[in-house]
This record gives sequence, C-alpha cells and structure tokens, in this order.
Amino acid sequence: MIDGQKKSSIIRMFHVHKNYGTKKALANITLDISKNELLFISGPSGAGKTTLLKLLYLGEKVSEGQVLIEGINLSRISNHRIPFLRRKFGIIFQDYKLIPTKTVFDNVAIVLEATGKKRRFIEKKVKSILRTVGMEETLHSLPPSLSGGEQQRIAFARAVVGDPKIILADEPTGNLDEVSADIILELLKRFHTRGATVIIATHDKELIRKTGGRVIHLNQGYMQKTINV
Amino acid sequence: MKVVPMIHNYKRAIQDIRDHRFLNSVTIITIAISILIVSAFALFFVNANEIINSWKKGIKIMVYLKPDTPETKISELIRKIQHMDGIQDVRFISKNEAFQELKKQMKRQSSLFENLKENPLPDAFEILLKSSFQNQEKVEILATRIESLPQVDEVEYGQRWLGQFTNFFNLFRLTGYAMGSLFFMATLLIVANTIRLVLYSRRDEVEIMRLVGATDSFIKAPLYIQALIQGAFGGIIGLAVLFISFLLISSSMGQGISPGLFTIRFLSPGALCGIILVSIFVGWIGCYLSLKQFLK
Repeated sequence: MIDGQKKSSIIRMFHVHKNYGTKKALANITLDISKNELLFISGPSGAGKTTLLKLLYLGEKVSEGQVLIEGINLSRISNHRIPFLRRKFGIIFQDYKLIPTKTVFDNVAIVLEATGKKRRFIEKKVKSILRTVGMEETLHSLPPSLSGGEQQRIAFARAVVGDPKIILADEPTGNLDEVSADIILELLKRFHTRGATVIIATHDKELIRKTGGRVIHLNQGYMQKTINV
Repeated sequence: MKVVPMIHNYKRAIQDIRDHRFLNSVTIITIAISILIVSAFALFFVNANEIINSWKKGIKIMVYLKPDTPETKISELIRKIQHMDGIQDVRFISKNEAFQELKKQMKRQSSLFENLKENPLPDAFEILLKSSFQNQEKVEILATRIESLPQVDEVEYGQRWLGQFTNFFNLFRLTGYAMGSLFFMATLLIVANTIRLVLYSRRDEVEIMRLVGATDSFIKAPLYIQALIQGAFGGIIGLAVLFISFLLISSSMGQGISPGLFTIRFLSPGALCGIILVSIFVGWIGCYLSLKQFLK
C-alpha cells in the first residue's frame, strides 16, 4: 500500500502508461477515484477510455505505473486472485456481451453461480434485479430475441446482481435510442445513490450534461483536463 | 470437490451439451470414429495373435532313433526326455505305425510301397513343448541336448521355418505396438483439436465468464465433465459400430470358411471396458490439452 493513500479512495492510479507495441494507448495517468463517486471518462474514439477501464478490471496489464483497487496493487496480484478482484466490479459493455445461447435468467445468474451462491438465493436475487430493470417478463427469453435497449438492461442487471462496489460502464448508451439510454442512465444513477462507485466511459456530452459529476477528459492517451459538471 | 458443486457442475455440463448439440455431436462422432479405428485394429490384432498362438502350439520336435534300438532303451529314452525342461509330452511312434500312417496318407501312390522289401522308416518320438519353450532359442537348446543322446540318429524341428516364424511374429508384435501407439496419438490430437475448436467457438462465453469473476475451475469443471461424457459416448458408439460390423463380417465369413479352421472372436469384456476407459481418458486429456492453451 502506498503511503498517504486517501481513506476515501477506492481506486488510485499512479503515472500509468499503457503501450500496445510502439503505440501509446495511455500516458502518465494519475488519478484518484473516491468511494461512491460518479466519474465520467470522456474523449473521442481512440482516446484511451476503454483501455483505462480495462486496466482497472485487469482486462489488460499496465506497461508502467501502478493501479490500486481498495489498496490492492494490481501489478502484484496473483493470477488466481484476479477472479476475486473482478467480483468487486460490475461491468457494462457497449456491445452488451450477453451469451446468446443462454436465457436472460442464466445470463444474469452466471455472476452468482460463479461466486458459489445457493440456487434458491440466485433465483430470488435474479428475479428481483430483473424486476428492478423492468425485464422480469423476459426471464426465459434468449438475448437475440430482445431489442438493443432490452439487452443493455439485461447487461446492466448482470453487472449489478452481485452488488459490486464499482460499476464500470463502457459507452453504455452508445448503441441505444434516447428512451433506452435514459433508462440505463437512471439505473446507473440509482445504483450510484445506493452507494456504488460508478465510472462511465463515454463520448456523449449530452449524457454527461444530464447526469453531472466529475469528468476527466482524455485525448490520445493523455489526461487533458478534469472538470466538475 | 464438494458434492453439491459437483452435482451443480454436472447439471451445467448437461445443459451445455443441450445448448451446443451440434458441437458436442461433432466431438462425440470424432471420438467414436477414432475409437472405431483403434478398436478395429485391436480386434484384428487379437484374432491374428490368436491364430499365431495356435500355430505356435504346433511347434514340435521329431526325434528319429537309430535302427534296431531295443525296446528297453526306448523306454529309458522316453523317461530321460520327459525329465528335461520344457517337455510337455513325448509320444513314441514305432516304425510300423509310421509306415501304416504313410500308406494311409499316400493311398493313391500305394504301388510305390509294393516293391519295398522292408520298412525303411525309423522308430521316432514326437515331442510337444510347453508354451514357455515355444521359441527358437529354447527349441534349439533342447534339440541339441536330445541329439546328444546315444540312441538318437536325427532331430528335426523345422529349423528354418521356426526361425522365419519367430521373426515374423516379433515383427507382427512390434508393428502392432507401433501402430497402436500411432493410432492413439492421432486420436488424441484429433480429439484435442476438435475440443479446441469447440472452445474457440465458445470463446466469447468463456471470456464473459472470466469478466464476471468466474474462476478457472468454475469454467473448466463442466467442460471436463462434458469431455468425460463425450469420451464415454464416443467409446460406446465406436464399439457398437464395430460390434455390428463384426457380426456382419463374421456371419458372412462363417458361410465361406470351413468351421473349425479358425474362429474369429470379438473383444473380451475386459478389453471393451478398457477401450471405453481409454476413450474417456482421451476425452479428458483432449480437454486438458485444449484448456491449457485456451485459458492461458
């Protein structure tokens, strides 16, 4: 643990660099994210937003620098601890990443099954979360039979069903119409209110304006500015 | 592993098989074909081995005695030979008996015997050997010992034939092991590749599971169970096809070959169980090799 770490920080990044070969994806990022913060990472395509999120859940490893999640240094984490680290996160992807051959119930339940929860608890919890996102009717449907907005709500349900401390949303409204986007935004705000730290990567300025919070702006891998909306 | 997660993993494996019927069928068929080839070869080898063994049982030593050997000496010789290592049975064939037998065998050429003033054949012993002595080296040693006995005129045991036969049998056995090993390796690689393709087609699913915090063992467990099921089904189907083919071939051979010449038989229950176990093992090891590379 690094000295002077703020008690309220849940994520800390110190001079983080990420390179893909000779290409710089992120350069010298130093960032503190507090518990229960709502943070936007904005910037154009290729700015490094998705890479930054990936470094947090160890979808990628840093080339240089350090990332700490609740005091755990990700550079020193052993491979068998990675799944347990990922359980701190609920991740929402722009392309939903649902398993097309599994029902809505199974897609959401997989998070709880992976953590060894009992069947009765899983059934209760999944139904409850699907009710929260307004998708309880689709329990036995397969994802391809649902609209984009509905699939994103299922992906949202999967992200939050394990009560994660941190919700990472990568362009969560990127493929959605305005109504669906508003529903997802409301859900994110609701879980933020309940205590989760929410980090949203987006290039959608309207989404940032509607929500408010701290915004860090990335461009070509560099953190250009931080503003509060 | 705890009982409840084991049952849960088993259920997940069954569900996975249902969800990916086509891919699972491809794997099972691949295993079945591989097992069919290997077990067909094993069946051929077992039967060929049986035939060769029956030939080996025919290895005997003929001992021809010097003319006018007295009966007392003959009994003594029998006792001496019977006490030698590797002797199963000693049968005395008197020269009269041998002559009658020759006449019987050469009925059509009976005129040849009419001008003979006396029986030209010698008294002889036919010696059958114990199975452990039915090889060239031991037969040679035994023959030399018998030949050194004073009343023995000549010893015959098909020297050239036995040498060639032994070489052929050793080559056959070596070829059997080599081909068996090659088939096994080929089967393993085919199965590992098929399972890798199956995993590759499910890479998104595996990736999602990892992203939601599933441990490798959570991801692997149902895949291993699936591989064991696939191996078992593949083995059973392969052997069932082999058995049906065997019935068809043996019934057609039964009409064409005179009964008693040799009987082809199917694999023993022990061998069948062994093949199914090997098939299950192939499924498991195929899955292990694929997962090792896939979940790097």
